[in-house]
Amino acid sequence: MSAIDPIEPMQALPLEDIPDNGLLRFLTCGSVDDGKSTLIGRLLFDSKTILADTLHAMQRSSEKRGLDVVDLSLLTDGLQAEREQGITIDVAYRYFTTGTRKYIIADAPGHEQYTRNMVTAASTADLAIILIDARKGVLAQTRRHSYIAHLLGIPHVVVAVNKMDLVDYSPEVFARIKADYLAFAGKLGIENIRFMPMSALHGDMIVERGERLDWYAGPSLIEVLETVPPVHSAHAEKFRFPVQYVCRPQDSANPELHDYRGFMGRVESGELTIGDAVTVLPSGRETRVKDIQVLAESLPSAVAEQSVTLLLEDEIDISRGDMIVKSGELPKLGKEIDAMLCWLAEAPLDPRRKYLIRHTTRDSKAMLAGIDYRIDINTMERQASDRLVMNDIARVRFKLAQPIFADPYAESRGTGAFIVIDESSNNTIGAGMIL
Amino acid sequence: MSNAALSRVTLSHLDWLESEAIHIMREVAGQCSNPVLLFSGGKDSICMLRIAEKAFRPGRFPFPLMHIDTGHNYQEVIDFRDQRAAELGERLIVRSLEDSMARGTVVLKSADEPRNKHQSITLLEAIEEFAFDACIGGARRDEEKARAKERIFSFRDEFGQWDPKNQRPELWDLYNARSFKGENIRVFPISNWTEIDVWQYIEREQLALPSIYFAHHRPVVRRSGGLLPVTAVTPVKPGDLVEEVRVRFRTVGDITCTAPVESDADSVAKIIAETAITTITERGATRLDDQTSDASMEQRKKEGYF
Repeated sequence: MSAIDPIEPMQALPLEDIPDNGLLRFLTCGSVDDGKSTLIGRLLFDSKTILADTLHAMQRSSEKRGLDVVDLSLLTDGLQAEREQGITIDVAYRYFTTGTRKYIIADAPGHEQYTRNMVTAASTADLAIILIDARKGVLAQTRRHSYIAHLLGIPHVVVAVNKMDLVDYSPEVFARIKADYLAFAGKLGIENIRFMPMSALHGDMIVERGERLDWYAGPSLIEVLETVPPVHSAHAEKFRFPVQYVCRPQDSANPELHDYRGFMGRVESGELTIGDAVTVLPSGRETRVKDIQVLAESLPSAVAEQSVTLLLEDEIDISRGDMIVKSGELPKLGKEIDAMLCWLAEAPLDPRRKYLIRHTTRDSKAMLAGIDYRIDINTMERQASDRLVMNDIARVRFKLAQPIFADPYAESRGTGAFIVIDESSNNTIGAGMIL
Repeated sequence: MSNAALSRVTLSHLDWLESEAIHIMREVAGQCSNPVLLFSGGKDSICMLRIAEKAFRPGRFPFPLMHIDTGHNYQEVIDFRDQRAAELGERLIVRSLEDSMARGTVVLKSADEPRNKHQSITLLEAIEEFAFDACIGGARRDEEKARAKERIFSFRDEFGQWDPKNQRPELWDLYNARSFKGENIRVFPISNWTEIDVWQYIEREQLALPSIYFAHHRPVVRRSGGLLPVTAVTPVKPGDLVEEVRVRFRTVGDITCTAPVESDADSVAKIIAETAITTITERGATRLDDQTSDASMEQRKKEGYF
C-alpha cells in the first residue's frame, strides 16, 4: 500500500505547443512495498497527468477502504479483482508527457510468480527503473528484475534507491546499496547502470530535486528520462524489413496501378535509401529499391520503426513472411534455434508436442530439441532440467519445419525475438530470445 | 557500418504512434481471414481511417467498415459517417440496435434508457452474421482504467466475453490474432494514444470532423454537474431550466449518455490548447454511463462491449 500527501490543487499545463522529442517506453520493476505505485503516481501527479475526476474517484475509493490519505496505487491497479485484493496482477500501461517527450510506462508486478508479466512488459521497454527499498537493500527480487531486464535487452537501466526519507537521506546507505548492486551486476554483464537516491513519497529526485539530497550530484529521474538517446540511434544497425502484406491493386480503375506491387511492413532495424541494393529472403534474389512510399508520398529513406511500402526495380515473387535486407548484410538462415526461453503457460512445456513458432511475420512448426539448462532467477544458477513450467527461464534448442532469418537478440530485438503458440488453444505460451 | 545510423533523428511521437498503428492494421490483414473495422464517425475512428489509408493505399482496405447504430446518434455524425465512407470508396455496413430490439434480442428496461451497453448484443449479432474473425476498433488505454491492461490484440470467446485475468501474453510486436470459429479478436491499433495525441494527429493530418466537435450554441439542461443537451430523445423534464450554451462534444456517442462541455474552441488548434489544460478526463466529463461505478467499463467489456 502506498500513499501520497497532501493533494494540492492542479496546475495548468503550459499553453504553447508541445515540442516533440519522440517517445520513450519504460518499465518499473518492484513490488508495491518498494513504492513503485507511488513512484508512478508521483510522475503522473508532478507532470499534471492526474485529472480532477480521477483524483476524486481515487479519494472516494480510498475513503471506502478506510484510508485517510489518497492511495496512489489505485491509479495503476486497474482491474476490479486487483483492487479487491490490493495487488497488481497484470501489466498496465500508463501515459504522460513532459512537454518534450511522450512516455509509455509499463507497470509490471514484482512478485516471483509473475516473471512472465515482467518479461512481457520488458519486451517493449527502452529503459527499466529497478526500485530498491533503501531500508532493505539489494534483495533476491532485485537480482531477478535486473536479470530479466538484461535478458530482454533493455538498453538503459536506472537503479532507484527509494524511501531515502526512511534512512535519513543517508549517503552511506546509498553508497552501500550501490556497491552491493555493482558486485552482482558485474557478474551478469549488465552495463550502463545509473544509480539515484529518491523519495517517491515526498517527490525528492523524481521531477523536483528536493532539498534533502544535496549530496547527490547526478541527474534526477526526469532528467534521465528526458535525455536518454532513442534505442535505434545507439549503434549502427543492419536493415531488416519483414514483409507483412503485399499490395497488388490490379482491380483498381487506375491502369497505372496494374503493375503496382508494394511490399508493406515496418523497418525492424537499420535504414534504407532509394537505390540501395537489397536481397529478398528466402529466395536470395537481388534487386534495388525503386521507391519508398507512405500513402501517395515518396520518401527518400526509411528508418527503424517506420511503417512503409517498398517498391523494387525487378519483379520478384514476394509474400508475407519473406524478409527484405540490404545485400551484404544477410541474417543467419536456419532451421535450428538456440535461445533463451521464458515459459508463460500454466501447462508445462511438453517435449513430445509440436508447437508453432512466430518469428517476425513468419510462422513455423517447431519441436524442442533439448533443454540445456534452467536458470534459477533468484541465484542465477544454472540447473539441469527436463521440463519447464510457468515462469521458468531456460536455454533451449528448437528444430523448425521452415527456415527463419534471424539475428542474435542482443543485436536486434525485432529479428531475434520469437513467440511460441499452442495450436490446440491458440494461446501464446512462450517467449524466446535467439542467442 | 555507416555512421549515418548514429546521427539520424528519431521518429516524432506522432510518427511512432502512427507507424505502430499501421503495423497493427497490416498484421490484422496478414493474419485474419475476415476482419472488419468499426467506424462510428467519431474522432478516434476518423483517425483509424487515416491510418488504414496509410496502411493499404493504393489498394483497397482489406476489410469493410461497420457501424453499430444505436438509433440515438446525432444526425451530423451519421451524415459524416456516410460521406466519409463514400469518399473513401469503401463498403460500409450498418447494423442497428433497433433491429435487435425488433428481433427481441435487445430488451430495454425503459424507452429512454441509455443504449450504449446494449450495443454489445447488436455487435455480437453482426459478428456472427458476417463471421468476422477480427474487429478493429479505436479504443485507447488512457480512456478508462479497465482498458489500461487490455492487450492490443484482445481475445473474445464465443460469447464475446473478455476475460481480464486470462489474457494472452503480448510481447514485442509479435501479435497473436489466432482464433477458432465463433471466437474473435478485438484489435486496438491506437491503444497507446491519448486524447491529446488524437487531436494532434487530426491537426497534423488535417482530418475533417463532424461539426458537433467544434463550439456551437445548443440548448442544454444542467444536471448532476454536467450538461444534458435537449433533443428528441432527451426532452425537457418539469422543473428543468433550459439554457443556450456554447458547447462542443469531446466524444460523440449515444445522445442519452454523451454530454457536451462548455467551450469556445471552434478549431482543432483551440481544442488542443483546451485539452492540454483540461482537468477532467474525457469519459468523466462526457460519458454519463461510466459514472455509476468505478468498475462499470470493466463490467461492460466482460459482456462483450468494445
